[in-house]
Amino acid sequence: MDEPYNFAYLDEQTKRSIRRGLLKAVAIPGYQVPFAGREMPMPYGWGTGGVQVTASILGKDDTLKVIDQGADDTTNAVSIRRFFEKTARVKTTTVTEQASVIQTRHRIPEQSLTSGQIVVFQVPIPDPLRFIEPSETESRKMHALEEYGVMHVKLYEDISHLGHIATTYAYPTKVNHRYVMDPSPIPKFDNPKMNMSEALFLFGAGREKRLYAIPPYTSVNSLDFDDHPFEIQEWDGVCQICESGDSFLDEVIIDDDGTRMFVCSDSYFCEQQKIKKKECKSMLLASES
Amino acid sequence: MYVAVKGGEAAIDNAHKLLANKRRGDVSVNDLSIPQIKQQLSLAVDRVMTEGSLYDQDLAALAIKQAMGDTIEAIFLLRAYRTTLPRFNFTQVIDTSAMRVERRISAIYKDIPGGQALGPTFDYTHRLLDFSLLVEENENDDSHLLKKTDVGIESSISTLSDEATDHLEKYPRVLDFLQQEGLLPASVNSAQAVDDITREPLDYPTSRSARLQQLTRADEGFLLALGYSTQRGYGRTHPFAGEIRMGYVDVSVTVDELGFDICLGEICVSECEMVNQFAGNQTQPPQFTQGYGISFGFCERKTLAMALVDRSLQAKELGEATDTPAASEEFVLSHCDNVEASGFVSHLKLPHYVDFQSELALVRKMRKEYFVKNTENASEDSATTKTQSQYKSEERTNG
Amino acid sequence: MKLPVLVEQPILQVNNVNKLYGINRGCQEISFDLYPGEVLGIVGESGSGKSTLLKSLSGECPPEVGDILFKALNGESLNLYEVDEARRRLLMRSEFGIVKQNPRDGLRLSVSAGANIGERLMAVGNRHYGDIRGAASSWLQQVEIETERMDDFPESFSGGMQQRLQIARVLVTKPRLVLMDEPTGGLDVSVQARLLDMIRSLVTDLNLSVVMVTHDLAVARLLCHRLLVMQKSRVIESGLTDQILDDPQHPYTQLLVSSVLTP
Repeated sequence: MDEPYNFAYLDEQTKRSIRRGLLKAVAIPGYQVPFAGREMPMPYGWGTGGVQVTASILGKDDTLKVIDQGADDTTNAVSIRRFFEKTARVKTTTVTEQASVIQTRHRIPEQSLTSGQIVVFQVPIPDPLRFIEPSETESRKMHALEEYGVMHVKLYEDISHLGHIATTYAYPTKVNHRYVMDPSPIPKFDNPKMNMSEALFLFGAGREKRLYAIPPYTSVNSLDFDDHPFEIQEWDGVCQICESGDSFLDEVIIDDDGTRMFVCSDSYFCEQQKIKKKECKSMLLASES
Repeated sequence: MYVAVKGGEAAIDNAHKLLANKRRGDVSVNDLSIPQIKQQLSLAVDRVMTEGSLYDQDLAALAIKQAMGDTIEAIFLLRAYRTTLPRFNFTQVIDTSAMRVERRISAIYKDIPGGQALGPTFDYTHRLLDFSLLVEENENDDSHLLKKTDVGIESSISTLSDEATDHLEKYPRVLDFLQQEGLLPASVNSAQAVDDITREPLDYPTSRSARLQQLTRADEGFLLALGYSTQRGYGRTHPFAGEIRMGYVDVSVTVDELGFDICLGEICVSECEMVNQFAGNQTQPPQFTQGYGISFGFCERKTLAMALVDRSLQAKELGEATDTPAASEEFVLSHCDNVEASGFVSHLKLPHYVDFQSELALVRKMRKEYFVKNTENASEDSATTKTQSQYKSEERTNG
Repeated sequence: MKLPVLVEQPILQVNNVNKLYGINRGCQEISFDLYPGEVLGIVGESGSGKSTLLKSLSGECPPEVGDILFKALNGESLNLYEVDEARRRLLMRSEFGIVKQNPRDGLRLSVSAGANIGERLMAVGNRHYGDIRGAASSWLQQVEIETERMDDFPESFSGGMQQRLQIARVLVTKPRLVLMDEPTGGLDVSVQARLLDMIRSLVTDLNLSVVMVTHDLAVARLLCHRLLVMQKSRVIESGLTDQILDDPQHPYTQLLVSSVLTP
């Protein structure tokens, strides 16, 4: 036919080797498994890890959702969704509950995920120790020997100098009470969603060539101190489109004076909330009359 | 009423169209042809093949055309294409000693068997813009035939040498002479399996084969700067250009079914062997050490830089200091691939507003607390707080 | 100086340890026992092998011959170089303390004084910020550094303060064995005196066992119960400090002792 590419672009051998890596990752939650990442048609840093994971697990009957910053129509999400439409011709959707595979950059969808769903994260820097210990030979040893004291030192320093833990995204977590993991640059707001989730979470770092995973029903605890517990972000108001008060809100500047408004980052969730609100209102009106 | 922004798909399509226009440029100007790029921008083609890790001049030329001359973008195109190619065999190791030489020089001897064959080099040109090149050659004018000189490599030998009838004898390896005298360690055929960095991720400390593979596809500018730094004192290795040779080598493959090798053709490569600072200890007599560089085509500058960095990365094995940038294996090898580097640097263009929102929230909170605290402090009596320098001077007296 | 109460089991047993870098360079045929509460001094000129020996004792450098047995808190006798690396690194962080000659080598310069002291507590699982800060504060007091300096970086401390900070960092997990490499090296005489006094109190208060490398016999006399005198990689004399310094037997020891400047 027209395209000389295999289903989902990667050849079967490569997919097999990535799946082997993923199995190992699932067997050791939070542990970074090295894999032979390939150059992909999009640049390193633009989701090649996520794309390789998705390409390796996608089947003809899957339904794929791709989001970036929580929205389906941000440019890179569009580009990646098109890539899979072209090379795999799978069904794609924006409806979170209908997706069997959700590839995401920087957010976890707001609604609870269910058993059978897989979330694939795009990861820039897989190692939470990287900025404390740049040498990989040393950081590998620290993971192997569970020497994570330095991570709490960083948190301690934040509190003593700033009064707060200064990490607001890519917030380190302890997975299955053993490995410390970087959940990718999702806001800390999303961290609790990973704990004991029904879904499977897979993480792919293409440039750094690492895979890791959180199997369903795994404990994922954000690092903190007993007297400075982990907290998620809060906003003063609600989403100005759907009035949701418990979703992550984006700040949008709407005029030259710098007037701000806040709207849901998860575009699909926002649409649904808006519809629900409308239905509620009309039901109320109906019951009152 | 604010409505959520949509239209990413249309925007992307239009961006592609704008790019296609820009790539073509003014349509009244002739479209570039692949043969033109191959022939007249051959050094660009060579670089794209070397760093793209694929020997195919037509594809490299195509990549350059598609990338509008952006070499790193072209290299990326070639690498991405390489990913899709199935691998069905390995060639034999190429024998650069048997090279059909087009250029071969050595800086460590005034004269060598075969002579200092300069070949087609920029080396002794004066860097004066040649304005005659502004005018394209006219096909109907025969003067271009007269311009093209008909010389062979022998005419560019700058030193006198005896006649030799056979190429192999004509250009023996310079470093062989040093090895014969024991001044360089003898080459050994290592029993170690050769790593393949396209099949396994790099593991530190790296094996020699993995290290050289990573260096040969590394960004020329990065290696150039690192090599330069060693010459300026960041980890001196006293390099001498033992031999630089460029030319054509045969590529052969063993076909199992036939039971013998078949020569597939020849490729052009450049090779540099640096002779470096000697090393020795109580159990070993002093010998020179060496660095190695190789590339596709005529990427001479790349091979020199690579040889400098290769030697520098041997610091640990040779018991030398490893605290300079060029001797730090993890630093050099993690950052030398321009496809990785350019991808990650340019990924900053992608939306990051969710994470930025998190930072905004924290900074605003901290600022609020700061101003609250400062208004409280201003209203209290402030005891003098010692500055750090005051502490230090106190310490010197108290111990 | 109070003599330690002798307990049957030594906390450290060194058996015929050898680590050589050349002919008579390094240490060889070193054997000794160290008892809880003892301070053992290793004295000798530079090049005598003292630092090599200390490196082997601290778990940093395996000897070519011989072994080093440490009696862990649970009574187990651990062969320092036969336990796996994880165990050894854990020991080095909790039951051992290593005070380096240059405090900058033993401190984390990029974090505050408080974090330097608190790090080991965090490494062994302490998760209460207030408690960690409290421990850091009390240790700063113990080593006579003003607690207001808790959030300052070690760069801004003088040499003597950095050394005291290093000692606090090492002692916070209450190690039973402390190895010190020229702890007062490079400090002014008056600064040294203060430091030595502090070390002496800590040793008694915490019942520390110490192996201390020093070339300074005055320091040895002040702090150590027993001495090993090293020359050209070997121990040439050993015994109680007072005996050795007042009545040296070996000609080299006699030379060492006689060349100490007396005020």
